[in-house]
Amino acid sequence: MQYQSQAVAKPYFIAAIALFVGQIIFGLIMGLQYVVGDFLFPEIPFNVARMVHTNLLIVWLLFGFMGATYYLIPEESETELFSPKLAIITFWVFLAAGVATIIGYLAVPYATLAKFTGNDLLATMGREFLEQPLPTKVGIVIVVLSFIFNVIMTMLKGRKTAISLVLVLGLIGLAVFFLFSFYNPHNLVKDKYYWWWVVHLWVEGVWELILGAILAFVLIKVTGVDREVVEKWLYVIITMTLITGIIGTGHHYYWIGAPAYWQVWGSVFSALEPIPFFMLTIFAFNMVNKRRREHPNKAATLWALGTGVMAFLGAGVWGFLHTLAPVNYYTHGTQLTAAHGHMAFYGAYAMVVLTIISYAMPILRGRAANSNKAQVVEMWSFWLMTVAMVFITLFLTAAGVLQTWLQRISTTPMSFMATQDSVAIFYWMREGAGVVFLIGLIVYITSFFIKGETKAT
Amino acid sequence: MAILYILQVIYINREIAMATRFTKSMARNIFFGGSLFFFLLFLALTFDTNQKLPKRDNSQNLTASVIHGKKLWETNNCIGCHTLLGEGAYFAPELGNVYVRRGPDFIKAWIKAQPTGAPGRRQMPQFNFTEQELEDLVQFLKYTSEINTNNWPPNIEG
Ligand code: HEM
Ligand code: HEM
Ligand SMILES: [Fe+2]
Repeated sequence: MQYQSQAVAKPYFIAAIALFVGQIIFGLIMGLQYVVGDFLFPEIPFNVARMVHTNLLIVWLLFGFMGATYYLIPEESETELFSPKLAIITFWVFLAAGVATIIGYLAVPYATLAKFTGNDLLATMGREFLEQPLPTKVGIVIVVLSFIFNVIMTMLKGRKTAISLVLVLGLIGLAVFFLFSFYNPHNLVKDKYYWWWVVHLWVEGVWELILGAILAFVLIKVTGVDREVVEKWLYVIITMTLITGIIGTGHHYYWIGAPAYWQVWGSVFSALEPIPFFMLTIFAFNMVNKRRREHPNKAATLWALGTGVMAFLGAGVWGFLHTLAPVNYYTHGTQLTAAHGHMAFYGAYAMVVLTIISYAMPILRGRAANSNKAQVVEMWSFWLMTVAMVFITLFLTAAGVLQTWLQRISTTPMSFMATQDSVAIFYWMREGAGVVFLIGLIVYITSFFIKGETKAT
Repeated sequence: MAILYILQVIYINREIAMATRFTKSMARNIFFGGSLFFFLLFLALTFDTNQKLPKRDNSQNLTASVIHGKKLWETNNCIGCHTLLGEGAYFAPELGNVYVRRGPDFIKAWIKAQPTGAPGRRQMPQFNFTEQELEDLVQFLKYTSEINTNNWPPNIEG
């Protein structure tokens, strides 16, 4: 560890992993409810499990992004963090808010939660991914603003690199677009239109800046390739991201009441969105091939390459599959959407967080890399989780294609519930792959406790 | 703005051609210029969309009842199981067109009858709505079904 204050990243990473475990457990609960409908009913209805699953995902990714930022900004800026104390305070505030929110979801009916958390003052709840009560949303804004303040103050007193600039732009974008979660007009079409300014402009916009910056940082460290080269790549990738992704938002405006011209704008621009993801993969492999050093942390390199590949598959390939309006007309809101959502979130954002944790955590624990033994176990967990996710995606894709056929294309369309019954076998297989994913995650956590010979940093 | 951007791109291209070296600062300028241009274009399209919405979004029927229905929809997290105009969860049927598929009386009777308790079947919770609340929800679903969605969903099953 070059700077003492980088140590604040550690609790963020640990919290991220802990919440990740919670996310997967609730994923498995839902996966079972898909086939055994009354499982845990009425204690944990499906919608409650879903909120817990998706909100934990978002929160652990945010913990991961913040930890990554606190780790890399001092090193990039070549100076200590402006205020490590503030970083620790916001950590506890964020963790407390996150845990309290999850307990709220599980302990009381959602309507009661809404009533007692001021939803009547400003109605923001009950929209997918933005289910958090008002105090939680306000808390997120405060935490993120204080975090960005801390980061910018650090940058101002030190070296300003392209990586830290891109990272901070991404984080500012994250904060700015989150503000649209407070806008919930009565007009459903407008509600949906601006809802996507949070969801789409996050994952297919500003978060990609964060993704690119973190990956670029790790690649410089593990390959020793010249910064000039890496940063040029980074700029080109994020340029492609924003010039395709912003107008690409239109792929969500086909059927929600917006004008029909979005079918053209959305299809054309979002069809180009795989380009930056493809470049990301090429970039990662290129840098590793041109490496100027053999970094002892092989696991981190594997995660970095895996992020490139899986982000391209999940976002690029599976996104493209249903992004053209004539296709989306039939696949909109089916299991195909879920297939894509899973692989894209895992491949891009879960994996980039696991990449930086893999690189930084050993250093935070006083060694350049983990022992060989620990790395082998970690690489096993990489393959278990990643292959499980590939299969989850494939099974959901099969379910989605059949669903589209039986319910929407066939000349004798079946009802939704009848269709669900006929594709149940794929839900069982998805649940099986999900169990393998959980095993992978357990193996991953085990790898942190495996000793063996290591070199000091 | 657009013209400025195009000029900038041409200028940069010439610079590349002349120097035959694509520097980091060029990459950065293209990033800022390109992103800004497409963001402004997006804002322009959004402005135009807002102009055209009143003809499509059924907002003339946003009565107090519909507005209250939307709030009930949200505060009971219906989107956590169902899709509405194809967005939401994929566990339970599309409700954007349920008013057309089932009609008001069926919808009310259905909500009142939950959960079915049929073993192994997916369950919907009991929300204990009053008659007025049921009416508001139905009005909200009616309003939603009358939004111009470019003919989505493909058929009545949603
Ligand atoms: C890492 C980047 C991405 C992530 C994390 C992501 C995630 C998601 C998620 C979670 C949804 C479902 C939203 C909902 O619940 O309604 C979704 C929908 C969608 N995504 Fe992505 N996505 C990414 C990139 C892309 C790309 C690059 C494309 C196009 C090439 C794309 C095309 C789509 C489309 C067309 C839908 C709508 C599906 C429907 O109509 O039901 N996505 N995405
Ligand atoms: C054991 C593994 C997992 C299982 C069994 C599982 C199961 C599920 C289920 C049943 C849903 C709800 C689908 C619906 O609305 O009907 C869901 C939603 C979702 N899950 Fe998972 N999940 C798992 C792991 C993950 C992972 C690792 C990620 C990301 C890193 C993830 C991200 C998401 C997202 C983004 C959604 C919302 C999708 C959308 O709106 O289209 N899940 N998951
Ligand atoms: Fe999108």
